[in-house]
Amino acid sequence: MLNLAAIDLVSLGISTAKIIGLVFLTILPMVAYSVWAERRVSALIQDRIGPNRVGWAGLLQPIADGLKFILKEDFTPKHVRTGYYWLAPALTMVPALMTCAVLPFGSTLFGEKMVIADLDVGPLFVFAIASLSVYGIVLAGWASNSKYPFLGGVRATSQMISYEISLGLSVIPLFMIYGHLNLGKIVQYQAENGWALLPLWGESLQNWNWLLVIPVFISFIVFVTSMFAETNRLPFDLPECETELVAGYHTEYSSMKFALFFLGEYAAMIIGSGLAVTLFLGGWSLPFGWLTHAAGSDVPFWHGLVHIGVFLAKVVVFILFFIVVRWTLPRFRYDQLMRLGWVFFFEIALANIVITALILWLVTGPLNKEETEAPAEPTPAAQVSSIEQGMFDEPTLLVRETSTFRIQASSF
Amino acid sequence: MTFLFYIFAAIAVIGGIGVVVYKNPVSSAFAMILSFLGLAAIFIQLDAYLVGILQILVYAGAIMVLFLFIIMLMDVKEEEGKTFKFGAIVGAVLVVGGFTGALVKVLMESKIGNETIPALAEGGKSDVHEIGELLFSTYWFPIQIIGVLLLVATVGVILLSRKELK
Repeated sequence: MLNLAAIDLVSLGISTAKIIGLVFLTILPMVAYSVWAERRVSALIQDRIGPNRVGWAGLLQPIADGLKFILKEDFTPKHVRTGYYWLAPALTMVPALMTCAVLPFGSTLFGEKMVIADLDVGPLFVFAIASLSVYGIVLAGWASNSKYPFLGGVRATSQMISYEISLGLSVIPLFMIYGHLNLGKIVQYQAENGWALLPLWGESLQNWNWLLVIPVFISFIVFVTSMFAETNRLPFDLPECETELVAGYHTEYSSMKFALFFLGEYAAMIIGSGLAVTLFLGGWSLPFGWLTHAAGSDVPFWHGLVHIGVFLAKVVVFILFFIVVRWTLPRFRYDQLMRLGWVFFFEIALANIVITALILWLVTGPLNKEETEAPAEPTPAAQVSSIEQGMFDEPTLLVRETSTFRIQASSF
Repeated sequence: MTFLFYIFAAIAVIGGIGVVVYKNPVSSAFAMILSFLGLAAIFIQLDAYLVGILQILVYAGAIMVLFLFIIMLMDVKEEEGKTFKFGAIVGAVLVVGGFTGALVKVLMESKIGNETIPALAEGGKSDVHEIGELLFSTYWFPIQIIGVLLLVATVGVILLSRKELK
């Protein structure tokens, strides 16, 4: 049954190296140091000094914190449901780290694609695994068997379910534009033809394609805001809302178990930033097609390293943005949060899909058929019905419809 | 990679048994999630990435969260004290055995059980593209009908859940 010869040891080794390199040597240290950055930036904003004693500028502080978490007494309160109480921190941490499997963190290095799993369902995989991370919080709230954590857990459930919808809907316009769901190919396309949010070179300048930046910008706003809600960051950190719920779902936790919740939150934030960078800001690519190579061609060693560096730099900038927002905006009230999710973002995301379809139709049809004529005629009925058809169906099914758009676009 | 299939199949079956055996509703719900994850892994092994991912996204990630939410909110305790009755066990075994037998017989005799479905062409369209193409060409009408049905159900639920009907 177990045929060892059939297992390709080389590819297994390469995958293991990528996993260790990305997850354990990149994301986990980034988690530790984004906590440090958070404390330093918040100190800067509030005119304090922040942790600056351990090592130069406090750079060894995360290591000291880690040691403290591990050495502290691991206290389990008597009234908790023990099994689930232990399971919850792990369930928060693991899905957050698993989602990085499909993120392309570089172009190629030694002819090897810099992504752990090159799936054709990349963004869906991220959403699927990220949707599992709510269990950790819910379980923590329930297993703690006390009132404040329970309220935190209940809030987390409804908040995450609500914002998952606008998060999913907000990226559909991008898939309509790119025509497929492979994150590696999406980044390659952006490297050659302009980032989604910065269409200043390649194909995006031709044939009115730059019009697409309008829906992409709306998508970006909805996506990033929903990301704040999904990762429970201020201004949407209602599940742990210190002023109302002590510390929310992790009130009863201490030592390393508490640290795991913390790490999970920051890991989710880093991977969310990575996804936003990949979808909207060109992933590993430099602007204006610098150091960009055609798909499948040889990438020199140092270009590969630069690409990895560029990706990490973009992610770091995004994390700093997360931190600055946290210390700038006040917390929303719970009903405001729900209203924002269901009444505004849900509708905006849906309307945005229609806008994207209309613009794609304009770009592929009227605007480019006769170069001089302005598109004054109303939408043909057939077109409207095909867009409505898209609206009521499963989000992913739109892909087919729009990939035909792209084929048409390239044939013009 | 047959051994992976056995691992995931075992996870799915153990989860399925757990749903029935656990008396605590929360434990049952988690066993069900485990079972869904095992199933999703088997789908992905068959190169049906979209089906596998949707299994996690829709069932494990959305529907079971709501289940769990309701269980926790209601704080269901009635089930915990219950013991299994002899008659119920015999009935369950008979029903499950009957269905399994019927399924095995159908699979042995029909061509589904004896024919290997051709794999997706290497380097061709992904399964997402194939499914999307079918849904928007061959099956566009059923999709519309299902969409309308779900819309009606949603409107109905909103109407029914209002406290005072006018």
